[in-house]
Amino acid sequence: MSYVHSIGEYFLMIKGVFGRMTKRSVLKELIFKEIDELIIGSLGIVAFISFFIGGVVAIQTALNLNNPLIPKTLIAFAARQSIILEFAPTFISIIMAGKVGSFITSSIGSMRVTEQIDALEVMGINSLNYLIFPKIIAMLTYPFVIAISMFLGIIGAYAAAVFGGFVGNDLFLTGLQDGFEGFHIVYAFIKTFIFAMILATIPAYHGYYMKGGALEVGHASTTAFVWTSVVLIITNYIVTQLLLS
Amino acid sequence: MIEIKNLHKGFGGEEILKGIDYVFETGKTNLVIGQSGSGKSVLLKCMLGLFKPEEGTIEYDGTAYSSFTDEEQRELRKEVGMLFQGGALFDSMTVEENVMFPLRMFTKQRKRELKTRVAEVLKRVNLDGNENKYPAEISGGMQKRVAIARAIVNKPKYLFCDEPNSGLDPTTATIIDKLIQELTRENNITTVIITHDMNSVLEIGENIAFLKDGVLAWKGDKSQIFKTEDKTVTDFVYSSDLFKKVRDAQLKGY
Repeated sequence: MSYVHSIGEYFLMIKGVFGRMTKRSVLKELIFKEIDELIIGSLGIVAFISFFIGGVVAIQTALNLNNPLIPKTLIAFAARQSIILEFAPTFISIIMAGKVGSFITSSIGSMRVTEQIDALEVMGINSLNYLIFPKIIAMLTYPFVIAISMFLGIIGAYAAAVFGGFVGNDLFLTGLQDGFEGFHIVYAFIKTFIFAMILATIPAYHGYYMKGGALEVGHASTTAFVWTSVVLIITNYIVTQLLLS
Repeated sequence: MIEIKNLHKGFGGEEILKGIDYVFETGKTNLVIGQSGSGKSVLLKCMLGLFKPEEGTIEYDGTAYSSFTDEEQRELRKEVGMLFQGGALFDSMTVEENVMFPLRMFTKQRKRELKTRVAEVLKRVNLDGNENKYPAEISGGMQKRVAIARAIVNKPKYLFCDEPNSGLDPTTATIIDKLIQELTRENNITTVIITHDMNSVLEIGENIAFLKDGVLAWKGDKSQIFKTEDKTVTDFVYSSDLFKKVRDAQLKGY
């Protein structure tokens, strides 16, 4: 029953977010601040993880290619497919649920605990719009993060495969272009866009409606991470079924 | 002036406010006192429109809050200043940005005008020179003064203070009390202070409402509260050993 209540509360929150708007000049400033904190601030870790995971995918594929009948181009092909289809959009989103999601929950939760949200409400400000709308708009730029992740993942795969001596430069580039379907990129970005909305709103919900003190802020962050991850995985399955099968 | 009539509010079948009638006068510090759980905070939140009463009315200068449209309620809130128990300053903003916040949200003044008004208010609460500090970099007393500055920067008609002295040392608490009283008189504000600090009662208790179990058990001023024989009030007032000793000394003629 509490799950049904939470789901209802979540959708009411979304309605509230798009309710009475905050002053445009203030909102503009908030959006740029959120882009800086949520997107720019995540680029370092995303770049680092993408490069090395891309490399690992290439090495794992290369080490498992024991059959001489299977061409070496498969290393680049497998790396490209796994990075574009799953690793960049889904795996990075799970990481972002931990990084960005817990930041959103704890920052909004701390504001709830210290009565800052009450202060906004007393002033007659739509606190849902003021706090969550800029995060949603900022997360619209999330596909750029995933594009960077895809690019660096493939660069990492190239570096590991070519400089590691598993495959030559030409074979890798041939494999990279082999059987490429443009729709896979479209699919990945549709997924990314949906994930961005999930990443912005579920942690915000857990922060906004939390009750208690500092300890509960920690609990709320953990719960937000778990639920964001669960919803991401389920959504990933549904979107994949709908778009690729 | 704020007048509350027959105010009832409950949660989950339990009645917290049981028909309160009271008038909060303009230009005076109106204190609402009582033990924890007596309904003070619920009363405050009803007055702020954060809780909807089940019965009764809250009239702002003769007009019932419930009769306002959403737009009128928002307009009214612009005339309300609120000092929260913990200050409720925005952590990510400097002192200046915190105080400027209501002006930025509700006025179309230019940045220079905003800065002038903020400087004026910060000077009034003796915080000039701290504009660029963050709330975490200043003391609890200073945070309360920033919160007061933020509450009054919009020149509100109504000022609500939720336990303004909690967590402060007696000297700072007295400074905050005096500041609230001075600002109330200077700007002719209707000030409502929720407290259980008897020192505040002694300092600035121009009008006092004593709540017990959701009922207005006593009303008067600071000169009357120490003379009353009403047992519900004396049990609360003299629960402190110091006040008990002062009273005993007075009775013995010291």
